[in-house]
Amino acid sequence: MEVNYDNGLNLKATELRLGLPGSDEPERQTTPRSNKRTLSEISSSGVTDDGNDYQQDSAPPAKEQVVGWPPIRSYRKNCIHATGRYVKVSVDGAAYLRKIDLKVYRSYPDLLKALENMFKLTIGAYSEREGYNGSGYAPTYEDKDGDWMLVGDVPWEMFISSCKRLRIMKGSEARGLGCV
Amino acid sequence: MSEDDERQQSLPSDIEFISNKARNCNATGSGSGHPEFQSAYPDQVLENVLENVLHFLTSKRDRNAASLVCKSWYRVEALTRYELFIGNCYAVSPVRATTRFTGVRAFHLKGKPRFADFNLMPPDWGAHFNPWALAMAKAYPWLEKVHLKRMSVTDDDLATLAGLFVGFKELVLVCCDGFGTSGLAIFVNKCRQLRVLDLIESEVIDDETDWISCFPEGESHLESFIFDCVECHINFEALEKLVARSPSLKKLRLNRHVSIGQLYRLMIRAPQLTHLGTGSFSHSEIAGQGDQEPDYVNAFVACKSLVCLSGFREIVPDYMPVIYPVCANLTSLNFSYANITAEQLKPVISKCHKLRIFSVLDSICDEGLQAVAATCKELCELRVFPVDAREDSDGPVSDVGLQAISEGCRKLQSILYFCQRMTNAAVIAMSKNCPDLVVFRLCIMGRHRADHVTGEPMDDGFGAIVMNCKKLTRLAVSGLLTDKAFDYIGRHGKLLRTLSVAFAGNSDMGLKYVLQGCPQLQKLEIRDSPFGDAALCSGLHHYYNMRFLWMSSCSLTRHGCQEIARAMPHLVVEVIRSADEEMDDDIEILYMYRSLEESRTDAPRFVTIL
Repeated sequence: MEVNYDNGLNLKATELRLGLPGSDEPERQTTPRSNKRTLSEISSSGVTDDGNDYQQDSAPPAKEQVVGWPPIRSYRKNCIHATGRYVKVSVDGAAYLRKIDLKVYRSYPDLLKALENMFKLTIGAYSEREGYNGSGYAPTYEDKDGDWMLVGDVPWEMFISSCKRLRIMKGSEARGLGCV
Repeated sequence: MSEDDERQQSLPSDIEFISNKARNCNATGSGSGHPEFQSAYPDQVLENVLENVLHFLTSKRDRNAASLVCKSWYRVEALTRYELFIGNCYAVSPVRATTRFTGVRAFHLKGKPRFADFNLMPPDWGAHFNPWALAMAKAYPWLEKVHLKRMSVTDDDLATLAGLFVGFKELVLVCCDGFGTSGLAIFVNKCRQLRVLDLIESEVIDDETDWISCFPEGESHLESFIFDCVECHINFEALEKLVARSPSLKKLRLNRHVSIGQLYRLMIRAPQLTHLGTGSFSHSEIAGQGDQEPDYVNAFVACKSLVCLSGFREIVPDYMPVIYPVCANLTSLNFSYANITAEQLKPVISKCHKLRIFSVLDSICDEGLQAVAATCKELCELRVFPVDAREDSDGPVSDVGLQAISEGCRKLQSILYFCQRMTNAAVIAMSKNCPDLVVFRLCIMGRHRADHVTGEPMDDGFGAIVMNCKKLTRLAVSGLLTDKAFDYIGRHGKLLRTLSVAFAGNSDMGLKYVLQGCPQLQKLEIRDSPFGDAALCSGLHHYYNMRFLWMSSCSLTRHGCQEIARAMPHLVVEVIRSADEEMDDDIEILYMYRSLEESRTDAPRFVTIL
C-alpha cells in the first residue's frame, strides 16, 4: 500500500504501533464524554464477530462506539428502530447466535420465557436487589451507548428502544452481576 | 446582514455611521412608499428611482453587492430588503439587524452548528430565538414569515409570533427545539392568517395539549401543514375537520400516529394535495380486523396533482401497490423511514420516471439502487440512509450501488450516501459520469476504512470529485484519507463552500491545504483529525470570510486558540467542553465565527470565549 507524504521526513513509516502498515490512528479516538468500557472487553472474546469480511486496516482491540458517529440524527435512529426490532442473541458457550424480534414481546417475563425456550435454559425471575441470582444465567444487553446492562432494570419501552443486542451470560460472571 | 456581508473592509464603524443616516431618512420601510422630503438630499430623485429598481432585486448576494456600491445604494438597499437572511444568529445582534433593515417581512435565521445534531455538543449551548422575537416585535409589525433552523424556540416565542404580528403567515422550524404542544396551541389559535406551518425534524415537547383543536373555526388559509416530526398523538377528528375547511391546502405531512385508514379519510377530503406525508402507512393498533378496507387506490387516483410523497413511517409492504397510480407524476419520493427490500421497491420505482428527488434506506441494497438507476433518469438528489447506523453494522449498499447510480443518473446534482464498503473506482466513475454534482457527501461508516478492493486510501476518489465536478460547492469526506486528499481539495475545490471532515488526514498540512486553497470556503466542520495550532493559524487570512469553523477532538491547544482570538478581534472563539470536564490545555471543541458584536452574553458555563 502506497502512502505518500509531501513533507520530507516520513516519521510515520518508522513509528512503532499496532496496526497494519498504511493504516492510521487519529490523535483522539473518542471524545472524553464517551463510554465506560466495562463488559465490552469481556464480551468481545466470548461473542462471535459481526461477520465483517472486509478487512479493517487498523486492528481495533474492542469496537469502541464513538459519540455522534456515524453522523445520523438520533431522531432518525430512533424512528428506524421503532419498526421490527431484530436483535442478535448470544449465549455463552453456544456455537451460534440467534435473532429475535423484540417487538413481538410485550414485557420482560414474555421475553425471558421466550429466551428460556429458545436456548433450553433457566434464567429465573428478576429482582431489583439481586438480579437473577440463583439461576446461573444473567441476561444482559448492549445499549445505545455501548454499555452492557442487566435486563430488567429500565421500563420495558425504554429497553426496547435502546437494546442493540442480547447476551446471556453464564457461570461465575453471571453471579457477579447478580450481586451488584 | 447576510453571510457575504462581512468583508474585511466593512468594519462596524462604517455601518454605525450609515445606520444613523438611515434613521434620519424617515423612511417608513415600505418598499412602495416615498420617503418624505425632509432632509435635502441632492440625489433624492435618484434614490427614488433606485428604490424602485432595487425592489426587483431578490437574491441576497446581489443585494449584498448592491449595498457596497456607495452609501446611497447602501441606504436604499437596506430600505428595500424584504427578506433578511442571517446565517449565524451570533454574527450580528438583533438590534443592529433591525436598525439597518427596516422593511423586513420575511426573516431567516440559523443558530447551532450542524455537528450539534450529532450530540457532539452539550445541549443548552445557545441560539435562543427569544431576543430576536422581541427585537422583531418592535421593528417589524408587518412581519409575515419566519424561517428558523437549529434555534431554541420557546412556547413564549411562539405566543409572541402569533400575538404581535397581525399578518403573520408563515412559520418554518427546521431542527429546532425548546417548544411544545402548548406553544403550538397558542400559536395556531392566534394566527388567523396562517398559511404555512412547517415543523421539520424538530423536537416538540409533548405537553399533552390538543393543539390541532386550537385552529380557529371557519375557513382556514392553510396551504402547507407539515408535522411529521411531532411525536405526540393528535386529535384526528379535529385534523379531519381542519383539512375539510382548508381548501388551499397543498402540502400535508402527517406524523406516524396517523394510520392508513385515517390517511384515507384525509385524502378524500383533500384531492388537491401536491405534497403528502403519509404517516405510518399501516393500521393503528386498535384497528378492527374485520373492517372493510377503504379503497386506498382510489384515494391516490383522486389526487391527480400529487408530486411529492413521503412518510411510510411504519410501512406494511402489502400496501405499497396503492401508490402505483401516482408514481408516474412523482418528482419527489421519500422512503427514508421505510425498511423495505429491493423486491418491494422495484414495482414502485420502475414507475417513477419523473423522479428528481429520492431518499431511501440501504435496506434496498445495491440491487435496489440498480433499479433506481435503471428508471430514474431525471434524478437530481439522492439520499441513502443506513438502517443500522453503527460503525460495525452490515453494509447492504456499497461501491456497486454507487457505480450503478452514476451510470444511470447522469443528471445527479446532490448525493448523500452511507455505506460500509467503497472503492476509489466507483467514486471516480461518479465524478466522471455526473459532472453536474454540486453536493457530494459520502459517509463510509467504518472509520479509516480504505478502498475495500485495493486497500488504498480514498484520496484519489475524492480527488477526482473535486477535479471533475466543477460546480461542487459542498463536500463531505470519509474513509481512510491522507493529507493528499486535502491537497486535491485545496487545489481543485475552488467553488467549495462547505466541507465536512471526520477521522481524516495525517498532519497540519491537510488543513493548511484547504485553508489556503479554497477561497470560497464558508463552513468548515472537522472532527477527530490530527490538525493542530499551526494549521489553525494558516487560515487567519480567510476566517473573516467564513461563517464558521468547527474543530472537535483535533490537536488544538488553548494557547493556539488564544493566539487566534488575539489576532482577530471580530472572531468569536468559543471553546466548548463536555459539561462535567474541567478546562484544561487540550481543546475538546473549538467553534469560531465572525461577528460584528462583542462575544455573546448568554453562553452557558461549559463555553469559554477566548
